[in-house]
Amino acid sequence: MVEKFDVVVVGAGPAGVSAAIVTARAGLNTVIIERGNIPGEKNLFGGVLFKHPFEKLIPDFVKTAPLERKVVEYQYWILLDDSFIKLVYRDDAFENNPSGYTALRAKFDAWYAKKAQEAGAMLITRTQALEPIIKDGKVIGVNTDRGELFGNIVIAADGANSLLAQKAGLHDEWKPHQLALGVKEVIEVQRTKIDEMFQVKTEEGVAATIIGGPLKGMTGGGFLYTDREALSVGIGVLLSDLVSNNIRPNKLYEKFKRHPAIYPYIKDGILKEYSAHLIPEGGYNAIPKLYTNGMMVVGDAALLVNVVGWEGTNLAAESGILAGETAIYAHKVKDFSANVLKIYETKLRNSFVLRDLRKFRRIPPFLYKNKHFFSSYPEMLRDILRLWHTVDGEPKEIKIKRIRDVIISKVGPIKLIKDISDLIRGILF
Amino acid sequence: MSQQIYIQKQKEEIPVYKKEENSNVEGKLFLARYKRDDVSHLVIKDNETCIKCNHKPCIIVCPADVYKWEENRLIISYDNCVECGSCRIVCPYSNIQFRYPLHGKGIGYRYG
Repeated sequence: MVEKFDVVVVGAGPAGVSAAIVTARAGLNTVIIERGNIPGEKNLFGGVLFKHPFEKLIPDFVKTAPLERKVVEYQYWILLDDSFIKLVYRDDAFENNPSGYTALRAKFDAWYAKKAQEAGAMLITRTQALEPIIKDGKVIGVNTDRGELFGNIVIAADGANSLLAQKAGLHDEWKPHQLALGVKEVIEVQRTKIDEMFQVKTEEGVAATIIGGPLKGMTGGGFLYTDREALSVGIGVLLSDLVSNNIRPNKLYEKFKRHPAIYPYIKDGILKEYSAHLIPEGGYNAIPKLYTNGMMVVGDAALLVNVVGWEGTNLAAESGILAGETAIYAHKVKDFSANVLKIYETKLRNSFVLRDLRKFRRIPPFLYKNKHFFSSYPEMLRDILRLWHTVDGEPKEIKIKRIRDVIISKVGPIKLIKDISDLIRGILF
Repeated sequence: MSQQIYIQKQKEEIPVYKKEENSNVEGKLFLARYKRDDVSHLVIKDNETCIKCNHKPCIIVCPADVYKWEENRLIISYDNCVECGSCRIVCPYSNIQFRYPLHGKGIGYRYG
């Protein structure tokens, strides 16, 4: 197999397919290679997909895409060993105009890849890109397990492991603190039962973001999302924390799942799938070089994940669109060198993708260094609430004093002020 | 009748939470679609390095229990692998040669 294309996209996830839709629609000879049998079968995410970049490419996206439920309620849970605190935000505004939808990637990615094929892109499955073909300092194609493929431009959308970009010399091997391991289960629960448990209509759903509990002292979080007829439950913890705490991911997940805040939802459910995947969490400062002569890197492969907003697929799709646009321009000027492909980075910098990641650049290192955030703060909150709600005749004056003591002993006033100011600095300024 | 037995058998094979074995990775992985490759896509470059390695973080982080330490060497159950790449990244000696299974083999998620 020796073929020459205008654009070779490696990976049929949201980033790669978005790029291919854009270039194929512009008439560029585009091929997507995908290592799975069907696009999506190797792919995994927590479960909430934000529609905005997809709608740019597919106007009737919401009507036609295989989405599970529109998210009308966001929950935030803080777990302790023996208790939990929940914050629930339901808004009718999301009934008519939701941003996020729960989805399952095996279904979604297969559907989305078809959209690229409809646009004219060729899809080759069961084919793995082994390394970039580099000649005179330019990436001119990829070597696959089924032969060589040549292209004016290679778009590396090969996911969190980002082996292609690594082999092209755009970054070194990732460090264990730059990636989280996500472990997830899809648990079948009757549709009507989900509606009942979460007080939603069938097409509506809930996204719960969870910290603490079994994950205390580790940089990481968990989630519970309502699919149409299943619940997606999972955790994501930095690889470095799994190693230093000597905890097996499945053991940790099992503890998490059996926490009294979560277990009632799934106890009668049927396990349909256990899965795991890496999540790039290094943030802005860990982002690799995004382009080189003849190649651009998009999506997870470029570490484009926003750990503050828990967003990833929308950043992936947007980066794919921008790389696609850059590829079109490069073909117009017939120059595929880094000189022209640097436009991709400029476009990313002007978009929400790098603006968001830059904005929150201090957060990943902050969360990495301040693991007490995931243990002492939950405990402090629990102790305060427990004191306040233990009504036993003790004068409130003394209760307040004891609450003050809790804050001082769990975190300390100076540390508390510093943490709050660091967080405010990291998010608001 | 035979169909009934089949259904019953299938039901038994599905791990349900009430059962004991369902917390095992091994049992959970039975649910996945899997095409076995003839050769391992995970290769240890040098076993001596593994013997010297104290922590063996590859064993810890693997979500599919691929690695076991037996008789001074790593046993690699590569057909359990969910292809996440964690082992490669945590190896302090970059001693794991990692690629994905070839030609569409390996794990296939039905939900994802």
